[in-house]
Amino acid sequence: MTRWLQHPPPRGVLLALLAAGLAACFAIEQFGLVDDYVRFVLITFGINIILCVSLNLVNGWMGEFSVGHAGFMALGAYLSACVSVKWLSWGDPLWMFPLAVIGGGLMAGAVGFLLGLLSFKTRGDYLAIITLAFLMIVKSGIENIPYVGGPRGFLGIDNHTTLLWTAVWTVLTLWTIRNLVYSRFGRGIVAVREDEIAANAMGVDTRKAKLTAFVVSSFFGGVAGALFAHQLQFINPSVFDIVKSTEILVMVYLGGVGSLAGSILGATAFTFLSQALQPLGTWRMVILPLILVLLMIFRPRGIMGMREFSWFVPQREFPKKEDKK
Amino acid sequence: MKPLLEVRGVTMRFGGLVALSDLSFDVTPGHAHGIIGPNGAGKTTAFNVITGIYAPTQGDVLFRGESVTGCRPSTIAHRGIARTFQNIRLFRDLTVFDNVRIACDAHARYSWPGAMIQLPSARQAEKETIGRCTDLLEKFGLGNEIHERAGDLPYGSQRRLEIARAMALQPSLLLLDEPAAGMNSAETLNLVEFLGWLRDHFSVTMLLIEHHMQLVMTFCDRITVLDFGKTIAEGTADEVRKNPEVIEAYLGQEDGHE
Repeated sequence: MTRWLQHPPPRGVLLALLAAGLAACFAIEQFGLVDDYVRFVLITFGINIILCVSLNLVNGWMGEFSVGHAGFMALGAYLSACVSVKWLSWGDPLWMFPLAVIGGGLMAGAVGFLLGLLSFKTRGDYLAIITLAFLMIVKSGIENIPYVGGPRGFLGIDNHTTLLWTAVWTVLTLWTIRNLVYSRFGRGIVAVREDEIAANAMGVDTRKAKLTAFVVSSFFGGVAGALFAHQLQFINPSVFDIVKSTEILVMVYLGGVGSLAGSILGATAFTFLSQALQPLGTWRMVILPLILVLLMIFRPRGIMGMREFSWFVPQREFPKKEDKK
Repeated sequence: MKPLLEVRGVTMRFGGLVALSDLSFDVTPGHAHGIIGPNGAGKTTAFNVITGIYAPTQGDVLFRGESVTGCRPSTIAHRGIARTFQNIRLFRDLTVFDNVRIACDAHARYSWPGAMIQLPSARQAEKETIGRCTDLLEKFGLGNEIHERAGDLPYGSQRRLEIARAMALQPSLLLLDEPAAGMNSAETLNLVEFLGWLRDHFSVTMLLIEHHMQLVMTFCDRITVLDFGKTIAEGTADEVRKNPEVIEAYLGQEDGHE
């Protein structure tokens, strides 16, 4: 993967920015610095980043085409809602909510494991169809479970998704996925995309690579779903349909495949454009897809496709100064 | 000496097509062993069976005395058999460095949850891998191209990189599928020199498929000749050259078949 900048800016600046950002999130929550609308958009922004970067692992780095990400969101959303409303509702949100989010992630990750098993035999278009079927199964499955409200939806979820929690989960997602991508597992995942036969012959256990990608991707899809449920306070199976998946796909292919910077860029562009285009009403649904069409024609890998902002690249990846003149 | 690789009565059928029929041969450690034969003789199929891409219909492949038949290609690669491909299969969109590093990763031992939370052991292993790859690329004369996209390298360098990538697995047996394909005679001479260096420097046993007779005859200690998925001759270069069946397979019989 090529890098956007060859020399990394100092790490300290990144850490300082990060700390300032988290402090700002804390301050906003504590002192109510912004109105509810802005807060809602900012939380959506964070959730979108998590969704985008986690789907990018499968669709970008691994080069498969999954349209089932909204299904993992649904699993995370419903399980976390069960935890916080039905099972552990007596708990202090300080520990209960993280538990609910992790539970949602684990639920989605476990199902992602099954989808990963299916990907051993199937690739490309056929795997895309399987993920579509998976999405439909999840949606109609939830519709038929009265315990979680069936088609009427799940009501009475408390608003636990604060800006700070969203920021913490966003940073955690980006950090862990970055670490994975720049490890032997991440390179294995990329090798599967590049040439599966050669990857196998070079000792990459491609099955394990696929499972890792699917499990990690769906785990964070579930985390995003959990945050989403506790942001909206009401979830309903029809929210998690192919349109939701398509939105995440737009973010991934807009920002750039196989790139953390691209994922953030895609989520940023999508979140704020769809808010900015609100006054256009229905025309919004024309403009966003149109942007996607133009991108696919002129920049099929997205704005930052396969390139990375050097701040997101681990220090060890850069050649030491004395090595190369 | 005990053979490093033993191919025992391997038959490979694809539906009605018999690509390999009762193929047997041994590879002695330290040797450069050539496989030659006309197009469609089953040479590449034999490679694909040895490296686990195909599971043979019948027969057994033993590596260091242990059966590797039916093992996954990645397992076989970990056991110490590395290969290159007839039509170069590099990870074209990745850098030269990452191409080699993916193979080098076979020797790193850390778990994916460990990698995700950056355990010190995972970071240390990563640094060691980087060091090993840098050294290896330096040895193969690719030290100045490490950040280039592999697909952008000139053809000769791509071949060299593919061999470097295979050697990053630290194999004891290296399978080369037509390393001289697409090279002119000067480049082929360079290749012979390079293969000799490879054998001496890494003391690796080689099994190679090649159409370039001069290369095979001068470089290989032992040669197996295949035709229609069967061994028709085996021996040293001189023995093979004089074998009437080999001459027939290559040049045809005067009065034609049957």
